Amino acid sequence: MESAADSKKDRIEDDPEEIVDNYFMSALKSFFMEVAAISIFTARFFREAVKPPYEFRELLKQCYLIGYKSFPLVAITGFIMGLVLTIQSRPTLAQFGAESWLPAMVAVSIVREIGPVITALICAGKVGSGIGAELASMKVTEQIDAMEVSGINPVKYIIVTRVAAATLMIPALAIVSDAISLYGSYVGVNLKGDVSFHLFFSQVFAALNFKDLFPAITKTFFFGFAIGLIGCYKGYNSNKGTEGVGKAANAAVVIASLLVFIIDMVAVQLTSLFGK
Amino acid sequence: MEEVVVDIEHLKKSFGRNQVLRDINLKMHKGENLVVLGKSGSGKSVLIKCLVGLIDPDEGKLTVLGKNISDLNSGELNAVRKKIGFLFQSAALYDSMTVRENLEFPLRGDKKMTRVEMDALVMEELKNVGLENAIDKMPSELSGGMRKRIGLARTLILKPEIMLYDEPTTGLDPITSKEISRLILDVQKKYNTSSIIITHDVECARITANRIIIIHEGKFVAEGTFQELVKSEDKWVRSFFE
Repeated sequence: MESAADSKKDRIEDDPEEIVDNYFMSALKSFFMEVAAISIFTARFFREAVKPPYEFRELLKQCYLIGYKSFPLVAITGFIMGLVLTIQSRPTLAQFGAESWLPAMVAVSIVREIGPVITALICAGKVGSGIGAELASMKVTEQIDAMEVSGINPVKYIIVTRVAAATLMIPALAIVSDAISLYGSYVGVNLKGDVSFHLFFSQVFAALNFKDLFPAITKTFFFGFAIGLIGCYKGYNSNKGTEGVGKAANAAVVIASLLVFIIDMVAVQLTSLFGK
Repeated sequence: MEEVVVDIEHLKKSFGRNQVLRDINLKMHKGENLVVLGKSGSGKSVLIKCLVGLIDPDEGKLTVLGKNISDLNSGELNAVRKKIGFLFQSAALYDSMTVRENLEFPLRGDKKMTRVEMDALVMEELKNVGLENAIDKMPSELSGGMRKRIGLARTLILKPEIMLYDEPTTGLDPITSKEISRLILDVQKKYNTSSIIITHDVECARITANRIIIIHEGKFVAEGTFQELVKSEDKWVRSFFE
């Protein structure tokens, strides 16, 4: 005889609306579980970050790996970004006879928005996936367990140092990227014109002020923190096995990139709110 | 009667519906080499991971060197962990560090130790495992047997009172397996350590064990010396040694 529970189950399985509702609810539940887990992980980071002893040597090593090793990629991307933006913007400005506004327009676009966001996205790909894969493979090969059983706190040694290094280095990379982009823009302007270095940068600096620089640089600290934290979270909590390494790296890039855009959106809203 | 260094009472552990350890009771004495022999997936590794607090048990009392593991805070647990050496199945060498840095890593908390003392200690442990020449190599340049030896040297550097070996001979050829087994015996003699050796390698058990416990589906099913168990009346136990 069919029980009441079985017949209810059949009804649910037959009803597409119910299936969608169940799927939606389970997706929503796992989303909030993930948010809660990341929040707990963040709290653990801050708790360990303020407690001595501090791992300065490992922090410096991570700054070198994240900052210096990402420099060539960020520099090349920055140069191309400035060059392309200038070449693409010139015809539109020329239609209005406003070609002389090119350095100012490009400078404001790069410094306020494009430079920090593109740098953060590149770092989400390079640094975020690198940290995610490294930590996941350390977990698979029991290196994190080995650290723990030898009495060394892996959160302090591995996570605090990487997140702190990403938080410090991504703003530095964004500033370098801005500078190189502006140089790329100078090259772009001179492809079809003749503007001196001095004149170009005089126009750039005349167009920029503290209100452009401060919020743009401040948000890069949050970008760096998000990239480092998500990379560490995904790597540290990866499932065992080599499949987990790939998944951790992939998830780290996807979530970190998404967070960069969300932080950027919030930063723009706050800037427009308080910048008046 | 020798001092009891590890005392496990009614240990139970499940992962979801899978009950891995069912009411485990065990006493290990100082200076003893205790081999836990069993098939893969019988709960051997979970048992020793519970001992160092890597896995929290569901029930039971774990007393290591007189301390109840479940009652310790993280600082106290770390202090106990420093007296326990754990050789992982994969050796768990830190990929990004050289052999020297791997061996120095557990010593980083000791602020009183000078550079000269540290170097001497690293060399001493490398000599113990016969790999002085590998000091500046990266783990990726080492063979499986060498990795196990370096892993052992790294755990010995803190002069542990208890050694836990998780499948020390898995994945090694018979000759290297024998060398590792003899090394385990040397460690016991030289440092008077008490060891739990988790393995399914009967030859390793024969060489290293003072006492063998056979685990099956999360329960201890037989206990004795190698000679006693080989002659066991239980067909299943005997089949292990055939």
